Amino acid sequence: MRPALSLAAAALLATPAAAKTDPADWPAVLDAARGQTVYWNAWGGSTATNDFIAWVGDRVKEEFDVTVEHVKLSDTGDAVSRVLAEKAAGRDEGGAVDLIWINGENFAAMKQARLLFGPFAEALPNWQHVDVEGATVRTDFTVPTEGYESPWAAAQVVFMYDTADLPEPLPDMGALLAWVKANPGRFTFPQPPDFLGSTFLKQALYDLAPDTAPLLDPVDEADYEAVTAPLWDFLDALTPQLWRSGRAYPQSGPRQLQLMADDEIDLAISFSPGEASTAIANFQLPEVVRTFVMDGGSIGNVSFVAIPYNASAKEGAMVVANFLLSPEAQARALDPGHLGYGTVLAMEKLDPAERQLFDRVDLGVATLPPEELGPILPEPHPSWMERIEADWTRRYGVAD
Amino acid sequence: MTEATRPGAALRVRPRRGRRGLHLLPAMTLAVMLGPVAAGLLGTLAPAFGILPAAGLVEPGLGAFRDLLGWPGLPRATLLSLWTGLAATAASLAIVTMIAACWQGTRTFAVVERLLSPLLSVPHAAAAFGIAFLIAPSGWVARVLSPWLTRWERPPDLLIVQDPAGLALIAGLIAKEVPFLMLMTIAALGQVEARRSVLVAQSLGYGRETAWLQVVLPRVYAQIRLPVYVVLAFSMTVVDVAVILGPNTPPTLSVQVVRWIGDPDLALRLRAAAGAVLQLALVVGALGLWRLGELAVAALGRRWVWSGRRGTSMRLVRPIAVAMAAGSGAAVLLGLAGLALWSVAGFWTYPDALPEGLTLRTWQRFAPALAETAAETGIIAAVATLAALVLTIGCLEAEHRYGLRMTRRAMWLLYLPLLVPQVAFLPGLQMLMLQAGASTGLDAVIAAHVVFVLPYVFLSLGDPFRAWDSRHGTVAHALGAGPDRVLWAVRLPMLLAPVLTAAAVGFAVSVGQYLPTLLIGGGRVQSLTTEAVALASGGDRRAIGAYALAQTAAALLPFALALAVPRLVFAQRRGLRHG
Repeated sequence: MRPALSLAAAALLATPAAAKTDPADWPAVLDAARGQTVYWNAWGGSTATNDFIAWVGDRVKEEFDVTVEHVKLSDTGDAVSRVLAEKAAGRDEGGAVDLIWINGENFAAMKQARLLFGPFAEALPNWQHVDVEGATVRTDFTVPTEGYESPWAAAQVVFMYDTADLPEPLPDMGALLAWVKANPGRFTFPQPPDFLGSTFLKQALYDLAPDTAPLLDPVDEADYEAVTAPLWDFLDALTPQLWRSGRAYPQSGPRQLQLMADDEIDLAISFSPGEASTAIANFQLPEVVRTFVMDGGSIGNVSFVAIPYNASAKEGAMVVANFLLSPEAQARALDPGHLGYGTVLAMEKLDPAERQLFDRVDLGVATLPPEELGPILPEPHPSWMERIEADWTRRYGVAD
Repeated sequence: MTEATRPGAALRVRPRRGRRGLHLLPAMTLAVMLGPVAAGLLGTLAPAFGILPAAGLVEPGLGAFRDLLGWPGLPRATLLSLWTGLAATAASLAIVTMIAACWQGTRTFAVVERLLSPLLSVPHAAAAFGIAFLIAPSGWVARVLSPWLTRWERPPDLLIVQDPAGLALIAGLIAKEVPFLMLMTIAALGQVEARRSVLVAQSLGYGRETAWLQVVLPRVYAQIRLPVYVVLAFSMTVVDVAVILGPNTPPTLSVQVVRWIGDPDLALRLRAAAGAVLQLALVVGALGLWRLGELAVAALGRRWVWSGRRGTSMRLVRPIAVAMAAGSGAAVLLGLAGLALWSVAGFWTYPDALPEGLTLRTWQRFAPALAETAAETGIIAAVATLAALVLTIGCLEAEHRYGLRMTRRAMWLLYLPLLVPQVAFLPGLQMLMLQAGASTGLDAVIAAHVVFVLPYVFLSLGDPFRAWDSRHGTVAHALGAGPDRVLWAVRLPMLLAPVLTAAAVGFAVSVGQYLPTLLIGGGRVQSLTTEAVALASGGDRRAIGAYALAQTAAALLPFALALAVPRLVFAQRRGLRHG
């Protein structure tokens, strides 16, 4: 038996985490939050996000007297395993993690093991502006969120390309393979299980699989082989032509960005339509970089924040989650000069003054306008990702 | 007036007060140092054999090891750990031996000695970042030489950094381990009358290098054997340097173990524990292998000595020795210079040797966070170093007063925290501390740092403390001072320079700690090193540059103080300026 399962079973017997303060009673939440310190565990590898989180900290300190400490993770899994370790050690109160930037398999794992506080998300005052019809804010990689995490940024796959060496966008994975064969060593992706590298595999899977419908359900032995066979054929052909012949990979998205700035590669995947513009503004990419999406659409997902069941400052964490949904924070996140992330708010739900905040944002030279971003493909069920990551590692990640 | 100045007190050598406390201090010191190691090892062994009560697992079994064996990367990761560790240690030792044999007593050697402190104080992670930027195909060296010499209009697709054979990792380790072994060798040279032995051998017609290798090396090696073992154990199990310079398909065993620890799947915790146990066994095996190598080299050496060949023609080795030592030092210093430049760089792409423009934006951006993190790093290092100093001086003073002698076995105990791989006991310690309900805050991190700071402080202060001329104490006693007053008013002030140097060493060790801060701090304690390594997962060289420089400054500043303070305090007493 896998211990993760037995832990989940043990958790079922435990009492569900109750908030001292009811999220629906917002004034009481604000009261309790005053003076609290929120340890926000978020990936710390990107200076743009680090600056944004610092700005959020300044604003909630000013307005709500909540202090934000950014715990910079090199992997979100670190925070999950920390909560897990605390639960295993019986520390059901006063945990070290108050808020986690999370989505996908980490959320699925925490929700399944009952490591999350909630539901709270739809009780937040700013939930009223959230685009519940358009952006997938109520499911996360097909897993229903049920109010256990609050959305704050929308993301969609785009490809960044150096127009000095690759003049035309590539319409699909077949064209990508042909271009890489003609230009060996000029493309790579972050090493799976880095989420961006895994996203490249999923994007390729969508493009290559004969039938993509099974991707939305938990992985099934019978389907798995058939659905993923074209992906492995594609990768077998692609890998020897990658940067360093596929014998080394960048370890993260920003590392991949640095390779582009060093002119080691000409094509890179990104999960943020505005990232290229932000990076150009920060001298992290050459000015000739542009972005494109493939014809068949590209994977989109939403970043969330969740609160562990044993968080020390649940109220403060909710105040931060609510602030992240404010038009002020969302408009700043959209600005490529700061972050370049998509918004999860519905423009028509805002009043004109709030909408103006968004209209004023200059999307930057390398950002596609919303109408050119094409169809959004939903994230496959997390179980697909786990299988594909494990198989990728077995095939390409340990061979040498 | 203290009790000791009353008439008759001078005859009483042993103090009444505090005697018991001082007597217990060595045992207490060992407990502070080895307790966490032992507890952590237990905390790792239990889950490795399938016992994790928190997950309802109480039946011992070998499932975790079976799972570990099923991981396809295991053979390569294991070999990598062994190969990088042995190669880095052998190469570092060879370079140090060559330098000492060829150049001891010359002006060149004095230059080497002077460069040691700055090189030692550069934290491993910062040195690794710098070297990575230096040697990458789009790195500084390639930029300076391209395209006019290399004709590389674009960076060549060469696997230099993170190569599967771990050569870049080995180079990075050598650059940092050579200064450490050099320092240990210089300390040992002082104890074995190296100069005189070489002179005698030379007068018998032996060449200088031959004389050194045959007469001095065996005695020096006996002194630096434990430090060499530390280098071997460290090189095999290092995490931060291996993340930056080492391969990833697969990584070294320690890196993979740390990745498993960070995985949300609890099953992987068992696998991580099994991997940590394997890593420990690997280190023990490698130490055994090294010991066999020692015996083989010693046998060959004896045959060489018996042959009686004078070997006068080793001049050729001299420039090679200097080139290798200079190369490893330059790699660290140039790498740092590259990072410094990045921290003020505007857009800077291949093949420009210099950035398009300079800007202070990075520093403005990071200054507030840097100041805060630097303060926290400083507090941890200062308290850990102070605790280590108190314990060390207490132990040494107890040794002096009660005539205790440190046995060879006790010496091993002192080195134990440096020999046991950090990944083998820190995760277990973290789990135990959580279960015991201990806070995972600043105090816990400081306690964990003491484990690693203490051995270095002890090693650094032990020899000068013991070498103090005890006749000064006799004179002070005769003037009516008791043992406490002799310690405080005579011995410690006279030993100011070595005490400060030991403190600087301890401070630098603390600043450089990555895993103890990360794991024991529960993520809430952020030091310059953990921040720098987290940023490295991103790859923004400007940010890495700023943090790596701050990290280096934090480690270097105490060294500078340790040099400057005795000069100021003892401006009128030249003999006390150096320990």
